Amino acid sequence: MLAYIVRRVLYAIPILVGVNLITFVLFFVVNTPDDMARMQLGAKRVTSEAIEKWKAERGYDKPLLFNAAAPRGAKLTQTVFYEKSVRLFAFDFGAAEDNRDIANEIRMRMWPSLALAVPVLIVGLAVNITFALFMAFFRATYLDFWGVVLCVALMSISALFYIIGGQYVASKLWHLVPISGYAGGFDAAKFLVLPVLIGVLAGIGSGGRWYRTLFLEEMSRDYVRTARAKGLAESVVLFRHVLKNAMIPILTGVVVVIPLLFMGSLLSESFFGIPGLGSYTIDAIQAQDFAVVRSMVFIGSVLYILGLLLTDLSYTLVDPRIRLQ
Amino acid sequence: MPFLPFPLFTDVLLWLLMGAIALYVWYCSRKPHLGAPWARVFQSRTAAICAVVFGCYVAIGFADSLHFRVRLQQAAGSEGTPYSPAVLSVLDLALTHLRERRERTYSAPLATRLYAKEQFEIDGKPVRDFPRLRYGGARLQDEAERPRDIAARIGLGLFVAAFAAVLIGLAVKRLRRRRPQIPWSAGGATLLGVLAAALPVLFLSFEYHVFGTDKVGQDVLYQALKSIRISLIIGTLTTLVLLPLGMALGVMAGYFKGWIDDAIQYLYTTLNSIPGVLLIAAAVLMMQVVIDRHAEWFSTAEQRADLRLLVLCAILGLTSWTGLARLLRGEALKLSQLEYIQAAHAFGVADTRILTRHILPNVAHIVIIAMVMDFSGLVLAEAVLSYVGVGVDPATTSFGTMINAARLEMGREPIVWWSLAAAFVFMFVLVLAANLFADAVRDGFDPRVRMGFVPA
Amino acid sequence: MKPALRIHALNTVLDTPRGMVRAVDDVGFELRPGECFALVGESGSGKSMTALSIMRLLPEAGRIVGGEVDLDGLDLLGLPEAAMRSVRGRRIAMIFQEPSTALNPVLSVGRQIVEVMERHTELSREEAKRKALELLRSVGIPDAERRFEQYPFELSGGLKQRAMIAGALAVDPEVLIADEPTTALDVTIQAQILELLARLLRERGMALLLITHDLGIVARMAHRVAVMYAGEIVEIAEREAFMRAPQHPYSQKLFAALPSPRRRAGELAVIQGQVPPLTQEFRACRFAERCDQAFDRCRIEAPAMLEARPGQLARCHLREAGPAAPRAQSLGSHESIKTASGEGNVLLRIRDLQVHFPIRRGLLKRTVGYVRAVDGVSFELRAGRTLALVGESGSGKTTTGKAILQLIAPTAGSVRFADTELTTLSRAEIRPRRSAMQIIFQDPYGSLNPRMRVLEILLEGMRSLGIGRDEAERTARITRLLGEVGLPAEALGRYPHEFSGGQRQRIAIARALAVEPKLIVCDEPTSALDVSVQAQILNLLRALQQRLGIAYLFITHNIAVVEYLAHEVAVMYQGKIVEHGDVDRVLGAPAHPYTRELLAAVPTID
Repeated sequence: MLAYIVRRVLYAIPILVGVNLITFVLFFVVNTPDDMARMQLGAKRVTSEAIEKWKAERGYDKPLLFNAAAPRGAKLTQTVFYEKSVRLFAFDFGAAEDNRDIANEIRMRMWPSLALAVPVLIVGLAVNITFALFMAFFRATYLDFWGVVLCVALMSISALFYIIGGQYVASKLWHLVPISGYAGGFDAAKFLVLPVLIGVLAGIGSGGRWYRTLFLEEMSRDYVRTARAKGLAESVVLFRHVLKNAMIPILTGVVVVIPLLFMGSLLSESFFGIPGLGSYTIDAIQAQDFAVVRSMVFIGSVLYILGLLLTDLSYTLVDPRIRLQ
Repeated sequence: MPFLPFPLFTDVLLWLLMGAIALYVWYCSRKPHLGAPWARVFQSRTAAICAVVFGCYVAIGFADSLHFRVRLQQAAGSEGTPYSPAVLSVLDLALTHLRERRERTYSAPLATRLYAKEQFEIDGKPVRDFPRLRYGGARLQDEAERPRDIAARIGLGLFVAAFAAVLIGLAVKRLRRRRPQIPWSAGGATLLGVLAAALPVLFLSFEYHVFGTDKVGQDVLYQALKSIRISLIIGTLTTLVLLPLGMALGVMAGYFKGWIDDAIQYLYTTLNSIPGVLLIAAAVLMMQVVIDRHAEWFSTAEQRADLRLLVLCAILGLTSWTGLARLLRGEALKLSQLEYIQAAHAFGVADTRILTRHILPNVAHIVIIAMVMDFSGLVLAEAVLSYVGVGVDPATTSFGTMINAARLEMGREPIVWWSLAAAFVFMFVLVLAANLFADAVRDGFDPRVRMGFVPA
Repeated sequence: MKPALRIHALNTVLDTPRGMVRAVDDVGFELRPGECFALVGESGSGKSMTALSIMRLLPEAGRIVGGEVDLDGLDLLGLPEAAMRSVRGRRIAMIFQEPSTALNPVLSVGRQIVEVMERHTELSREEAKRKALELLRSVGIPDAERRFEQYPFELSGGLKQRAMIAGALAVDPEVLIADEPTTALDVTIQAQILELLARLLRERGMALLLITHDLGIVARMAHRVAVMYAGEIVEIAEREAFMRAPQHPYSQKLFAALPSPRRRAGELAVIQGQVPPLTQEFRACRFAERCDQAFDRCRIEAPAMLEARPGQLARCHLREAGPAAPRAQSLGSHESIKTASGEGNVLLRIRDLQVHFPIRRGLLKRTVGYVRAVDGVSFELRAGRTLALVGESGSGKTTTGKAILQLIAPTAGSVRFADTELTTLSRAEIRPRRSAMQIIFQDPYGSLNPRMRVLEILLEGMRSLGIGRDEAERTARITRLLGEVGLPAEALGRYPHEFSGGQRQRIAIARALAVEPKLIVCDEPTSALDVSVQAQILNLLRALQQRLGIAYLFITHNIAVVEYLAHEVAVMYQGKIVEHGDVDRVLGAPAHPYTRELLAAVPTID
C-alpha cells in the first residue's frame, strides 16, 4: 500500500517535468522574450532600449538554456529556463506584472475560491444524485423520459447564460442579493448565495444524466435481481444495493476534482467579482501576464496529479475488492 | 467575371470534410453492416427531428462558406482587374438587406425608433426624443400602423408556410412508401415548423430588425446567422486534429502495450494535467503573437481572422484528444485479447494489418459517437473561450463575441436584452439538436459507450 | 400429494425490436414437496423465462400475458407487487447461474444473508447472525465466522454458490428455484453443490425446481423431468421412465447427440436446422422441420400432450400409435477410433514446457514471484492422432495450447514441431511454419471479426502465409473448403453475425483448414454450444481427421467429448500433467487420485 503511494508520487515527477517543458516551450521558444516585451509594451514602434529594459526588469534578459557568460557553477542556473521554469518546483513563482508577489496573491485568493467552489461541489453532488435516483426509480416511465430531456436541455445552455440569466433574475428583478462583489468573513454568504445556486443549476444537466446512467447500469446487474428475489422492496434495492455500488464511480469521479477546487471557477468568479484564483487567472490571461499564467498552469498540474493520487486512494477506501487485495 | 472566388482555409477544409462525409455515406450505403447502425439511428424520431434542424444550420453555414470578392469598376489607367477588399460570402449576398441597413446604435426588436434619445430638429424646433430609425419601419407613414403591418407580414409568412406544408406532405407520403421504417412525418413536421418560424421572420426582416440592432447599429439577426458558420467550424474542424491523434495514439497504446503504452499514457496524463482553459489560453496567446508578427502573410482582414480561427481549432484539437485516446486505448486493449485477433496472430498477420483490418474497423463506432458527442461541447467552449478573450478574432462575429458584447450592456436601463436573446435561441437550438442527435447515434451504434464526464 | 407449486397455461412474451417473442408458451407443471423437478432444454428454450415468470422478476421487456401460478392456493400472478415481495425469498427462493455476479460485491456475505431474515422475520440482529452462521455451516462452508465477514470476491466460485444457497434457505422457503446453479462451476465443485442440494432437499422437504441443460445432472438429481423446446414443454415424465424411453423425438435426439465411448464407432446423432424464431404464431409442430420422424400431419396440426405411457406425456402425434421403444443403451462395445494413417510419426514433442507469469509488487514493481500457469509439461503427439488435454479452469491447459503455437512465449522447455525447435526461433522465422499449426477457439462469437466477410476471413491467413499461387486458386480452395465444413457457397459474401453459433464454429474450422495445417489446437471448441450443435462439430472434426490426417490437441473439460474423440488423454492439474495415457486406460482405470475424483464427479446418464 505504502509502496503503491510512493510509486504514484514518484510518477508525478516526470509529469510535472513534462508540464514544465511544455510551458517553457510555449512561453519562451515559440516566442522570444522580445516578442513578449513588444506585446506588453503595446505600441508598434518600441525602441530596443525599452524592450531591453522591460526584459531586464523581469529577468528575461538572460539566455534561455545556457549562460556562457555566467561564472562557473551558475552557467545553468543564471538562465531563463532555470529561473522561470525550474524554480516553479520550489513554488517560487516570482512577481506579476504589477510587481505583486504571485505566491502571496495565491495564498490570499485561495479562500474566496474555495468558499465558492466547495459549496457548489457538495450541494451539486447532493442535488444531482437525488435527481438521478429519482429518474432511476421511475425508469422507463414518462417521469424518467422528461427528466432526461430536461437534463439534455440544461446541458445545451452555455454556462454564460446561466450566469447572466441568474444575475439578471435574482438581482435586477427581485433585488434579493447583490449582483457582484465580495466581503470577508460571514458577510461573504450573501455574495455567495447566487453564484452557488447558479453553479449547482448549471451542473444538473450533465451530472444528473451521468449519474442516472451509472445507476441504471448498476440496476441491470445480476446482484440486483438476486436482491429482488429475496423479496426486498424496490427502495431498499435502490438505496442499499445500487446506491452503494454506484457511489464507487461517483465518489472517485468527484475526488479527482477536489484539489482543483483551489483553482476556483473562471466564469463565476469573474462575473460575480469574487477575488479568487479563477478571476485572477482570467485577468492574467486578458492582461497577458505570462508569469501568472505560467504559475497557474503549474499549480493546476500539481493539483490535478494530487487529484489522481487521491482517486487511487479513494478507490482503495470505498471498494472492498481493492481495499483488501 | 464579376467576382473572384476567394476561398478561405476554413472554407476549403469544411468542404473537404463535407466531401469526406459524402464519401462515407456512399460507402456505408454499399456495406450493409456499416449502414445498419445508421438505419437504426434514423429510425428514432428524435434523430429525424434533430437531423432536419441540424441540416438547416448546416445549409446556412455552408452558404456562408463560399467566399468571393466583387469586381470594382476599372479605374482609369490602372492595370489588372481590381477587386473589392471586402470578402463576402453567398450568405452575405442573400442577406444584403440585413447587412447594409445599419442604424446608428441600439434599437429594440421590431422597433421603429432608436433606443437612445437624441437631440434633433422637427420643423426647425429642437426636440429631445427617440429618433425614427433609418431603415426599421421607415416605410410606415404612421407608426400606429406598425402592429397591423407586423401582423400582415407574419400572416404572409404563415401563408407561404402553409403552401409549403402541402408540398412537404406530398413528399413525406412518397418517401414513406419507399422507406417506411424512417419517421418521415416527424422530419417533415420539423421542417414545416422551421419554415413556419423562418418565413415570417424573413418577411419581417425586409422592413424591420427582427432581433433589433447592436451598439453600432448592425442587425442582430444577421450577426446570429453569421455566427452559425463559426460554431460549425469549431465543432467540426477541431475533430480533424482530434480524431487522427486520438485514434492513432489510443489504438497503438492499447494494442502494442509495453513501453509504447507507457509513453502515450505519459503524454496524455501530462497534457491532461494542465488545466484546459489555461493550456488553450497559453497556446492561443502565443499563436496570437506569431500572427501579429507576420502581418505580411495576409492580404485581407478576413484571412487573418480565418487563420486565427483555424489555429483555435487546431489548439482545441491538440488539447482535447486525450479523452478519445483513453477510450480507444481501453477498447483496443479489450479487442487485442479477443480470439479473432489471436487467430490473426496464429496466421502470422503483420501488426499494421491487424491494426487496420481488425482493430480500427471495430472501434470505428466509438470514433463516430465521440465525434458527434464532442460537437456540442466544442460549440459551448467557443462561447466561453471568446469570453475569456482567447477565442475567435474579436472582429469575427460569433456567439461568444455576441454574448461578450451584450454582457457589457447588462447594466443599462431599460435593459438591452435582444443580442443575448438571439445568441441564446440560436445556440440553444443548435446545441440541443446536436446533443439529442448524439444520443440517438450512441443508442444506434453502441449504447454502452460512455463518454467521460467531469463533475462541476 | 398436494403440489407445493402449480403452474398452469403460463404465457410470457418479450418485446424485442424484431417483434413479440413468445418466450414461454402455455407451460404447465406441478412441483411437489420434497421433489426435484428438472426443467431441461437448450439455450433459448424458455426455461429460465419460466422461472423468472414464477418469481415475477422478468426483465423490463418481458411480461406475463396469461396463466396461473398457484402457490398452495395463492395465485401469485394476481397478487399486488407488495404482496408478491413477501412471497419472494420467504416462500419461493431462487439461486442463479453465475455466483460471481449474483452477489453484491460491496456487501459482506453475512450481510447479504442476514438481510433476507431482516426482511421476512422478526429476528434480532444477533439471532439473525447466529442463524446465518448456522446456515453457512449447514451448506458446508468451513470457518463460517470468518466467511461471514468477508466480501464475495474473497470466496471461490463454489463457496459463493454455497453462500447463495445459504441466503436462499435463510427463512425456510417451500420452493427453491435453481437456474443452472452449477453451469459456471468446475465439475468437481458441481458435484459438491449437487450433493448439497440433494441433501437439503431430503432434510427440509422443500420443492426444488432445477433448471439445467445437462442430462447428466437430470439423471443424478431429478425425480421428474420436463423437456422444453421453443417455449413449450414437449415431454414430461418420471425420471426413470424418461431416461429409459424418452417419448418425444426431440428428447430422443438429445440423448443420441451426447458423445460417449460407445458411440465412438459411428457418428453422433445431430438435429438438423435451428430452433424456429419464436416471433411467429405456430400452427403446426414446432419441431417438425427438424424431426426425422415427421410426417404430413406434423406440418399442419400442432400436437397436444399425449399420455404415451402412464405418467409420461409427450407432445407428438406419433404417440397416438403407442409408446416409443427404450433408448438403445448398448450400441456396440468400446471401440478404438480408426485412424486414417495409422500410427503416424511424432509431429509434436513437448519437453518440460513452462509458462510463468511474473507477479510484480513493491516500489519498483520488482518481480516477487511467479504464477506457474504451466509448470513442466511434456508429451508427444503423432500425426493424425488426437490428444485430449483435460483439466478444470486454471489448470493451465489453454496456456499450454497457446504456448505450443508460440502465441504466448514459453518461459522454458522445448517445443519441437516437425523436427524444428520453435522456442528459439524469431517471430519472422516462425511465420512460414504457422501454416502447419492452427487453432480453433471456444467462443464462436469472439473468434470471427464482425467487420469482415467470410471470404475475407478465410483469405486472410492464406494471403499472410502465401498459400495458393493467386487469388483465383485461393478462392477455388475456399469454395471447396466450405463444402467440406458443410456451409453453402453463398456464405462467402456474408458477415459473421448472420450465422448461428454452430455455423460460426464451422467457419472458424474452415479458416484453420485453409492453410493446410498438420496440427490444430482445439481450445474448448464445443463448450459454448448446445449439445445438438456440439454433436455436429464433433462429427465434423472427426471426419476431417480421418480424411486429412490432421492431429488435434483437444483442450477440454468435458470428459464425454474426450471419450468420444480422443486417442490419448493427458489430465492437467495445477500446471502439471498428472496422468497421461491411452484414453481407455486413463478413463477406465485411472491411476492418479485427481483423475479418479474428476471422473467420479462427472454426472452421466447411465
